[in-house]
Amino acid sequence: MPACYCSTTESNQLEKILLEMQHITKRFPGVVALHDVNLQIVEGEIHAIVGENGAGKSTLMNILSGIYPSGTYEGTIQLEGETCAFHTIKESERQGIIIIHQELALVPYLTIGENMFLGNERGSYFSIDWDETYAKADKQLKIVGLEESSRVQIKDLGIGKQQLVEIAKALAKNVKILILDEPTASLNDSDARKLLDLLFEFKKKGVTSILISHKLNEVSYVADRITVIRDGEVITTLDKQKHTFSENEIIKAMVGRSLTNRFPKRTSNIGPVSFEVKNWTVNHPIYEGRRICENISFNLRKGEVVGISGLMGAGRTELAMSIFGHSYGQFVEGKTFINGKEVVLNTIKSAIDHKIAYVTEDRKGNGLILNNPIIENTTLSHLKAVSRHQVIDTDLEYQEAKRISDTLKTKCSSVRDEVNNLSGGNQQKVLIGKWIFAEPEILLLDEPTRGIDVGAKYEIYCIINQLVAEGKSVLIISSELPEILGICDRIYVMNEGRIVGEMLQEEATQEAIMQCIMQSHKGANLN
Amino acid sequence: MTKSGNIKNILKKNSMLIALLSTMLLFQILISSRGIGSLFAPANISNLISQNAYVVILASGMLLCILTGGNIDLSVGSIVALVGAVAGTLIVNLHMNIFVSIIICLLVGLAIGAWQGFWIAYVRIPPFIVTLAGMLLWRGVALLILNGLTISPFPANYQKYFTSFLPANASSEIVFTVTLIVGILICLVYLVYTFFDRYKKTKKGYTVESLPSVIIRLILICGAALFVFSLLGRHKGIPVVLILLAAIVLFYSYFTSRTVPGRHLYSLGGNEKATKLSGINTNRVLFFAYANMGFLSAVAALVCVARFNSATPSAGDSYELDAIGSCFIGGASAYGGTGTIGGAVIGAIFMGVMNNGMSILGIDSNWQKAVKGTVLLAAVVFDVLSKKRVKAN
Repeated sequence: MPACYCSTTESNQLEKILLEMQHITKRFPGVVALHDVNLQIVEGEIHAIVGENGAGKSTLMNILSGIYPSGTYEGTIQLEGETCAFHTIKESERQGIIIIHQELALVPYLTIGENMFLGNERGSYFSIDWDETYAKADKQLKIVGLEESSRVQIKDLGIGKQQLVEIAKALAKNVKILILDEPTASLNDSDARKLLDLLFEFKKKGVTSILISHKLNEVSYVADRITVIRDGEVITTLDKQKHTFSENEIIKAMVGRSLTNRFPKRTSNIGPVSFEVKNWTVNHPIYEGRRICENISFNLRKGEVVGISGLMGAGRTELAMSIFGHSYGQFVEGKTFINGKEVVLNTIKSAIDHKIAYVTEDRKGNGLILNNPIIENTTLSHLKAVSRHQVIDTDLEYQEAKRISDTLKTKCSSVRDEVNNLSGGNQQKVLIGKWIFAEPEILLLDEPTRGIDVGAKYEIYCIINQLVAEGKSVLIISSELPEILGICDRIYVMNEGRIVGEMLQEEATQEAIMQCIMQSHKGANLN
Repeated sequence: MTKSGNIKNILKKNSMLIALLSTMLLFQILISSRGIGSLFAPANISNLISQNAYVVILASGMLLCILTGGNIDLSVGSIVALVGAVAGTLIVNLHMNIFVSIIICLLVGLAIGAWQGFWIAYVRIPPFIVTLAGMLLWRGVALLILNGLTISPFPANYQKYFTSFLPANASSEIVFTVTLIVGILICLVYLVYTFFDRYKKTKKGYTVESLPSVIIRLILICGAALFVFSLLGRHKGIPVVLILLAAIVLFYSYFTSRTVPGRHLYSLGGNEKATKLSGINTNRVLFFAYANMGFLSAVAALVCVARFNSATPSAGDSYELDAIGSCFIGGASAYGGTGTIGGAVIGAIFMGVMNNGMSILGIDSNWQKAVKGTVLLAAVVFDVLSKKRVKAN
């Protein structure tokens, strides 16, 4: 047995250091991604690692899990006092270090059980024991609080439940240290809460968790200790027992400056109604009778930022997409008005021609062409602005793309860079730039700050302010309540395909919004 | 960037061109060391062009299909046979007017392409299946039309549009002078265009390629062009089919790189959902790619029947594979979204040079196939690996 590194805390509990990363330095050609990083993980704690995008959090975790094999970095990793040198993920998994990536790695057309034991099949090599597979899988699912049978296919689960399956999968591997990379990035508030509470459950069972997150409220809710990384270096480690976590303090450590206000100020100059939707009703694209949006009416004014708040699955994205050229579901009925005149927006082209833009929540899947340069992404939806008689003026195109990218302060070496190589925040800017280039009057922004860091968020908010200052109307769909409250002039609350509340910024609070949602639930049940 | 880094980049960008040149050099050494002629014999270069005209034509169309998402068209060989059979029937058996016949043949190709495009783009049947069905269907129809027989010979006034040389009926000195002058003119046009474009860009304050590298490129390209034209001049002159090829290649490379519908092809292959949400009718783009492929197959068919002077049931056998191979050797991605017409042409020449070189060397045709298969794999592996390395850097 190796020597036990023990220390006594105020609460008189024995703290055993489970994992220690010492003097980790990782260089990529041209950059030092991590510089002399030291990290101690105490057994049974929930340890959060926060930092801006590109700070080095993921690099550190990739080293720990063997994705960057031993030898490609400097420094040592000690697990329970023993030095480890992982060369593959398999090796780190054997030691009980399991990482769950932000992008889920599940096969949609296989069942939960098959996914859970993928690469780790029960039974023998030539004869899989399906009974054991499903029995064990069901047991794990219960632990994470999923009621589904493990024979259900992954594609039939929502993203929140898929996340839980990933965790169950990790548990099936006899996990010692569970690493979660942005686990709540695509979850709504209540699913995120459930997931975080699950971490408390694991803690009771002695599982150590490392949580990488951008969401500071979640981190301060769940973590025992928080390590802040900035520019490849550990800035500070805060301990719940010694410090009270203050979000401002964490942000200050993360960005190296104090963000006294996370939302830039705006003097609203709201004009007449520019866009109005009346009695909008949409059915599910496959199931004829299933209503996704029911009898929705709302309006936007010139120079106004309007938010749509609601839980995941409330039908917000579906609403925005169906308005944007019926690009989701089966249109049942409803009317749209621009500046008081009725318009028909039954194709995406007609929506764009009427100066409406929809900035998708799924920038990689639905928004950008990742292996194309910034230029071509920027101009795609409005090529006629840089072409004559269907022939593109590539010089003009370059100039325009550069102008947009300069205005949005997109960080890139040139607009000829492939979008692939940009960070999430900069990709988001390219996506927004693409739609600004289309010169819209009405912008529907779907989760415009998902998965990007605090600094980039601030810049996106500034862009939104700039847009409304020019007299455009902006509709924002967001699952983050503080964001909705921080930037919107007016807020609609949506639940189960209907608008269940409307409030002005002055009267809106997180509690009021949640109450709206909960009361509408109750109403639905009584009917 | 350092100078050596620059050179490395240039080499990496043109890796396929360099592979082509080294293959040519290798064959030249092998052939001349055995004393059985030369790869660069005037007659052979001329032959190489007319032999491989169909590959270049088909590869141009195939690239468009591949761009839309790695989709291939397996039916082009059968379409070549079918359109060839139609041409034979109309021109040889029915003695119809040549131009009317050509137009009918092109329309038949377009109609077949539109038929396949309809199922692929609007009903969303996977292209592999639709064109596999087409491969059987059109071959069958061709056999029915020909009744299993070969139609030949084609009248000389048809053949002259595809197999003759310019200038026609002239003494060898005149042929050489005219051919060389045409070559020089082409180089001049290219020179003027390059510098005019550069001037325009500098005036607008854009970054331009460094002058030495532009000059080196110009010298290389003009040198190669003049070399080829001087060889052609020493044979019979400029093959008419070369003019057709140049027109097709220039048109499609302009189309893919500079026009709006061309851009849509790339974006569709890069990310269909994002393209759709940008207000682009992706079905129409996909339909166009396949309709166009049918049209170009018809053009290839006309070239082939003229060259072979016959319409046979087995015409166009495995042409689809030559076309697909050319695109992939030329750097097109099997997932769509990347690739250029220039690359596909280089790929086509590559395949042509290999066929031609091995034939001169007297290598058994069974071995030729095996070598071609290996080279196709090697070329794509090389391309994928070198791209990976670029990313890692």
